[in-house]
Amino acid sequence: MRRLLALLLFALLAVPLAAQEEQSTAPYAYRQLDDPRQEDAAQALMESLRCLQCQGQSIADSDAPIAGSMRSLVRERIAAGEQPEAIRAWLIERYGDYVSYAPRVTSLTWPLFALPLVLIALAALLLRRRFTRRDGA
Amino acid sequence: MTEQTRKTSRWTIWLPLALFAAFVVLVLIGLFRPAGRDVASTLIGKPLPAFDLPPALPERPGLASTAFGKGQPRLLNIFASWCIPCRVEAPQLDRLKRMGVPIDAISVRDRPEDLRGFLAQNGDPFQSIGADDDGKVQLALGSSGVPETYVIDGKGTIRYQHIGEIRPEHLPLILEKLKEAGR
Repeated sequence: MRRLLALLLFALLAVPLAAQEEQSTAPYAYRQLDDPRQEDAAQALMESLRCLQCQGQSIADSDAPIAGSMRSLVRERIAAGEQPEAIRAWLIERYGDYVSYAPRVTSLTWPLFALPLVLIALAALLLRRRFTRRDGA
Repeated sequence: MTEQTRKTSRWTIWLPLALFAAFVVLVLIGLFRPAGRDVASTLIGKPLPAFDLPPALPERPGLASTAFGKGQPRLLNIFASWCIPCRVEAPQLDRLKRMGVPIDAISVRDRPEDLRGFLAQNGDPFQSIGADDDGKVQLALGSSGVPETYVIDGKGTIRYQHIGEIRPEHLPLILEKLKEAGR
């Protein structure tokens, strides 16, 4: 029993081998910008950029080292006075639309934007016909 | 109701079920054949972005983009000592080196002492290794992980990006891409 307890204690204290993982020296991976307005702009942009490693997360949420690099890139460029949309465009140029959570209207995506309007128009038409029929009855 | 309208309504009654079935088929296709999760660089066919990286090891040269585009195609390997698949591709890189393919490398978010151990253990096929400590050059290249290998042609244009480790069965593909880039 005592041996088991000791073993459990060791298990708790054991440093996982994987902890000797990659280190990011990107300066702003985990540091906010001093200017709160700039940090707000950076935060808003980071929440709408996809982490390339854990692809369901934004880079603001992800702890993946590459997300840290991306955060630092965003913050440093915002601090240097670059517009958020220019930074997004720079990333899209390299990774394609997938890196951004903000959808763009392109030759491929326009049906997604057009379809709701078509459906609303169709619904309006149907409703109007139904109501006018009732009026006539 | 006339005969004609009765016929059309009989046909349309199956429409929602057909739509639903089509939707189920779509979901099943997505479940059993999920889309790839690789994020490919969209810089293929474009010039290699300019960069100038310090040496990853003090006794070795660093890597600048000016090393490419000097008439001969080269491989640019993105790797790191903490990356386990990078160990898997090391023998293949070694074979490419022995075939006379020039290979340069960028080590991402690495430490010199770890890197030294990695090269001692897995071989060192690289002419020069640049240290990308904050991962900025990796992002500039449109690389989304390690290992990745770019084929850069003699004019400095990115011709191919291999995502993930180069396995033995990928060697013919890499050589083919190098040949294409050399044309």
